[in-house]
Amino acid sequence: MKEVWVFAEHDNTKISQTTFELLGIGSKLASDLDAQVCAILCGHNMESLAPELFAYGASKVYLINSPHLQTYSAEPHAIAISQAIKAFDPEIALFGATPVGRDLAPRLASIIGTGLTADCTGLAIDEDKRFLQTRPAFGGNLMATIICPNHRPAMSTVRPGVMDKLARDPNRTGSLELFTPTIDPLSIRAQVKEVVKELKESINLTQAKTIVSGGRGLATPEGFALLNELALAIGGCVASSRACVDAGWIDKSRQVGQTGSTVKPDLYIACGISGAIQHLAGMQESGFIVAINKNESAPIMNVADIGIVGDLYQVIPEMLKQLRDLEG
Amino acid sequence: MRIIVCVKQVPNTDEVKIDPVKGTLIREGVPSILNPDDANALEAALKIKDEFGARVTVLSMGPKQAAFALKECLAMGADDALLLCDRAFAGGDTWATSNTLAAAIKALGGADLILAGSQAIDGDTAQVGPQIAAKLDIPQITFAIELQLKDSKISAKRQTQTGYELIEAPLPALLTATRDLNVPRHMNAALLINATETEVPVWGLKDINISEDETGLKASPTRVIKSFVPPLKAKGKIVSDISAVIKELKAKRLIGGVSS
Repeated sequence: MKEVWVFAEHDNTKISQTTFELLGIGSKLASDLDAQVCAILCGHNMESLAPELFAYGASKVYLINSPHLQTYSAEPHAIAISQAIKAFDPEIALFGATPVGRDLAPRLASIIGTGLTADCTGLAIDEDKRFLQTRPAFGGNLMATIICPNHRPAMSTVRPGVMDKLARDPNRTGSLELFTPTIDPLSIRAQVKEVVKELKESINLTQAKTIVSGGRGLATPEGFALLNELALAIGGCVASSRACVDAGWIDKSRQVGQTGSTVKPDLYIACGISGAIQHLAGMQESGFIVAINKNESAPIMNVADIGIVGDLYQVIPEMLKQLRDLEG
Repeated sequence: MRIIVCVKQVPNTDEVKIDPVKGTLIREGVPSILNPDDANALEAALKIKDEFGARVTVLSMGPKQAAFALKECLAMGADDALLLCDRAFAGGDTWATSNTLAAAIKALGGADLILAGSQAIDGDTAQVGPQIAAKLDIPQITFAIELQLKDSKISAKRQTQTGYELIEAPLPALLTATRDLNVPRHMNAALLINATETEVPVWGLKDINISEDETGLKASPTRVIKSFVPPLKAKGKIVSDISAVIKELKAKRLIGGVSS
């Protein structure tokens, strides 16, 4: 049976959310190709993580086991997976467009000599069984659909937050296949000396249900205090356009858009964001969009379900007042 | 010490406009610039040159006009420049492009350190850097936010989702720069005058010892079969009554405290 491979990203204790999204789209592609979706779990004695991969849709887990794979590093991972690819000949291989996937997949594709499409936001199988990979280019101004006709596996990195996960089913099981790669220690030249998790607030915009986001229209960094107040009142996260991040008003982890996070909350409130195409690319799939902007013809109004034309410094306090009134 | 910096001339995507009738990109009148991350890569090279001494070569593949971006690099302080320009190189995907650049680096005699921007703002792939490293079979450090050179090793911080990794690699190695790595210097007036008068050497297929089948469109595993302008959602309504907005959000259960 043909196989669609999904690279499982993990920190030795848990599998990343992006991996589950890849299993979601991977399952769909596999069913259209009469193939099965398989997770590639690299590490050292990481079998304990396999059940979670089955629960999110993997039919098979390849356990690629080596002490050299204990910490993520491009060289040993690329060597190990290239050997597994040669051994099992998958049709498609998907990676998250994350700092790991974007480091590993290009090196691997180069070693294998196959095509790699970056940062895909749409993946599908057409009636001719071609694998269509769609991605934004030119800062999100243009979408391109790309195929890899003569090389296997066709490889893609997939933008986090875009694909839907399957519902977790802990009763789902699958087969486990052990693969032991041959890694010459001398082939590992770059050494990871330290993995540092910075002690900043853990922000997971891609999982947020409600987002209150600010742009250049805030005019001052203090504007985020008002956004915080609104976010607190409605149980949301604060995010930002690139302009505020570049101005140093807020941390880059909060950035939504082409070079930040792609988000799909149920509610996205855009405050003083004009709606550059790069920003829209990261939020226009939100369930419901409210835009607060002084300018009725700002591009953000084209994607908003409700546009409020006005000064956010008047509109938001009024919203907060209304929310308090309703509570009382 | 020899450092090769790979750079690309790109259209300024902040100024790219869409033709609303034809639904295509309007590229006329859009200024071409040195790709922003590539300026950070060059700055990293020039810092090493300032501190330890190095010969910094900037390398680009592109049309004749791309020589302009290379002259900008010379005016910032690069020692020499080379443009790869040949019809055979055109239309390549990242696999073919990295193959061409790797061949050129070999033809230049290799380097101790190869630097590139993490990603170009037109393609946004971030693939060419690590693919060059793979083809030259040297270690890579991508998405670097800090870089030090000591005892012929590079030590760099690589940006991750939750923080960073500290990576050490022996030379030769390839590193890709993010905009957080440094602040690129301005062009120097005297160097700019020199650069303007410099003829940037141009190499073609026969200068880099690869065949026509190993570069450009012919060597590309991927094919673009369609491009289109992303569809926007239907336009919503403009309202001024804020209490109506709050009521609608409540009714749709998008904000809490719904009592029913």
